[in-house]
Amino acid sequence: MIRKFTMTGLALVFSATSSFAATNISWWHGMAGRNGEVINEIATKFNASQTACALTPVSKGTYEEALASGIAAFRSGEQPNILQVFDAGAATIINAKGAVIPAEDLINNAGYTFDRDAFIDGVRYFYADSEGKFVGMPFNSSAPIMYINDEALKKAGVEAPKTWEEFEAAAPKLKAAGFIPLVQSQLTWQFTENFFSRNNIQFATNNNGYDSVTDTTLKVTDPNLIMMFDKLKAWADEGYFAYYGAGWNDNQKMFEENKAALWIGSSGSFGGLTKTAQMPFSATFLPYWGSIKGAGTSSFIGGAALFAMAGKPEAENKCVADFFQFLTSPEIQKFYHQATGYVAITKAAYELAKAEGYYKEKPAAEVGIQQLMLPAGEWSKGYRLGFYPQIREIMEREYGRIFAGEVSVKDAFDTIEKEGNELLARFAKTAG
Amino acid sequence: MLGLNKSAGKPREETDAKRVQFNSRLLPYLFLAPQMAIIFIFFYWPSVQAIHSSFYLEDPFGFGSTFVGMANYTDVLKSGEYLGIARFTAVFTALVTFFSLAIGLLLAVKADGVIRGNATYKTLLIWVYAIAPPVAGLMGMMMFDQHIGPLVKVAAFFGWDMKVGLNYNDTAFAMIVVSVWKQIPYNFIFFLSGLQGIPVSVREAALMDCRSGFRRFWTVILPLLAPTAFFLLIINTTYALFDTFGVIDVMVKDKAANNPITLVYKVYMDGFRGNDLGGSSAQSVILMIIVFVLTIFQFRFIERRVHYN
Repeated sequence: MIRKFTMTGLALVFSATSSFAATNISWWHGMAGRNGEVINEIATKFNASQTACALTPVSKGTYEEALASGIAAFRSGEQPNILQVFDAGAATIINAKGAVIPAEDLINNAGYTFDRDAFIDGVRYFYADSEGKFVGMPFNSSAPIMYINDEALKKAGVEAPKTWEEFEAAAPKLKAAGFIPLVQSQLTWQFTENFFSRNNIQFATNNNGYDSVTDTTLKVTDPNLIMMFDKLKAWADEGYFAYYGAGWNDNQKMFEENKAALWIGSSGSFGGLTKTAQMPFSATFLPYWGSIKGAGTSSFIGGAALFAMAGKPEAENKCVADFFQFLTSPEIQKFYHQATGYVAITKAAYELAKAEGYYKEKPAAEVGIQQLMLPAGEWSKGYRLGFYPQIREIMEREYGRIFAGEVSVKDAFDTIEKEGNELLARFAKTAG
Repeated sequence: MLGLNKSAGKPREETDAKRVQFNSRLLPYLFLAPQMAIIFIFFYWPSVQAIHSSFYLEDPFGFGSTFVGMANYTDVLKSGEYLGIARFTAVFTALVTFFSLAIGLLLAVKADGVIRGNATYKTLLIWVYAIAPPVAGLMGMMMFDQHIGPLVKVAAFFGWDMKVGLNYNDTAFAMIVVSVWKQIPYNFIFFLSGLQGIPVSVREAALMDCRSGFRRFWTVILPLLAPTAFFLLIINTTYALFDTFGVIDVMVKDKAANNPITLVYKVYMDGFRGNDLGGSSAQSVILMIIVFVLTIFQFRFIERRVHYN
């Protein structure tokens, strides 16, 4: 018994010394459930692959909680080495000059060569500065795509629509076949932010906010966007579109239960959907308007990126650079892509998964990547807007009021533009 | 033993034989210190911080910070959205307080009259209190779920197409029901112990003077319950203003959209979700002032009419 204890004690001492020898780095993230487990698996793989660095991932709850904890920790000098920040929070961290070391600088300083061209086009700009330098390292990336209830379409005798015009033509037949023709899960991301990128329309002044925070204003009273929502409202009134509130799952449920024919979800949804959907399904690109000139461009990434926090010792920064290199290696990207359903962010990882025949087996997994690899337009790279989480909240509120019939589409967007611009002006003052 | 002794030697203190005195002048402060430290660290210090940052517009990471005077306050008070939320908060607080007090009192009076199996009734009425607000919210969310909620089906039976999460009034209704349900047991416990504290002799005397049970309740029992009711009024107001956060957060599923929210939820959304520290601080200072004024009002105008005996 005593010997056993001694052995355990010795083992502990040895393992402790070995981790003392390594440089410890921390990674705060906002993922739970299966996605959180995959993060732990990646950290284990990284720690097993080398001895110089020991990475510890810590879940901080949701995306918002991770960002808030990271900010509070930074202010008291206790920041982690790596912080995961979600798309809408990107402007907050990127505009705080000095809070992060740009991923590209970090990697180049560590003696690697950073190759922007290794990344697929759709992920290259969202977390980069206006010159295209990577500030955040894209991590879990997704695109809004359209899921198709194959049986419903067959029953109605229609093809999956590529454009909204085609949808309009197919909707009455889908309705007659007993299905809700269209549901979606996030009007802000899918029908606003990505509406601008997919239809190649300007979202905000100052190059969608990338060039400067000063005097940036929204362009959400764009007639095309108003037309899109006028159509959605009209479709809702006709029974061609159904809106179940701002909650993601309340809307997804109708598709899962075989009640809806088409659902706009995330490229990362297919894994879960495979388990929950009561019918066979496939996927295709998010539709665009054929009538808008230059439409049909790529969408940009949603999800989140990893940021290397400033104010850390050189040895730890080197470890973070090592980890970023490890993370973007084709094998790890392919592992992450297949384990979670998020898209692979490098071309090499995509080729690797393709060569393996993964997309033959799971064609829906490829749609997101293909959509991100479509030709880019001037306005398809995304946005960089301050206080964007609150702007999204204003949009959600007004969109809810549109479908409750409390406000006209035009008035709703006037309100969003007015209140959104006030927030942007406030943000410019905080960054000044 | 603990540095305490019964006062002896000094004639002035002998008048009060039961009074316990400290030997050292410092000792009482020492005993108070932990409590004071907690109040200071968790209340005064954050309050001062909040007041300070409410006058600044600040980059969340603490790099840039601009003094803006009252601008955060004027921005908030001019915002139609904020005023709308304030209106809802007032209505919500009034309704939740009223119904949870009224139903709690009714149940307590009825349970007080039960003789056979009263322990079972009481336990059944009290145990809801053990449920944490987010769990209550979760249960409420399922009861009122658009697709599967049993209460939605009941409403549909009466021709009410209830859409919680979609329709402002329906969501408000669901939030109030869940918040009231969660608070009833608390009020029930206090009212019941208040009722049991009323001497039997008083009740019997009242019984001889008046035959109407309803009138006896209004003229004798209720005035004697007034201290309890006043205490509960303050507690319930604070509950509705602050502690319903968990219920609201779960019921709006993290996305308020066009659903009603209360002022404290707005502070959270702007501060923790939106990282607007200045604006959110100004809102929490406003909230602090509201609670301060409300408490003074309650103590000055309502407590006057309460008789402690």
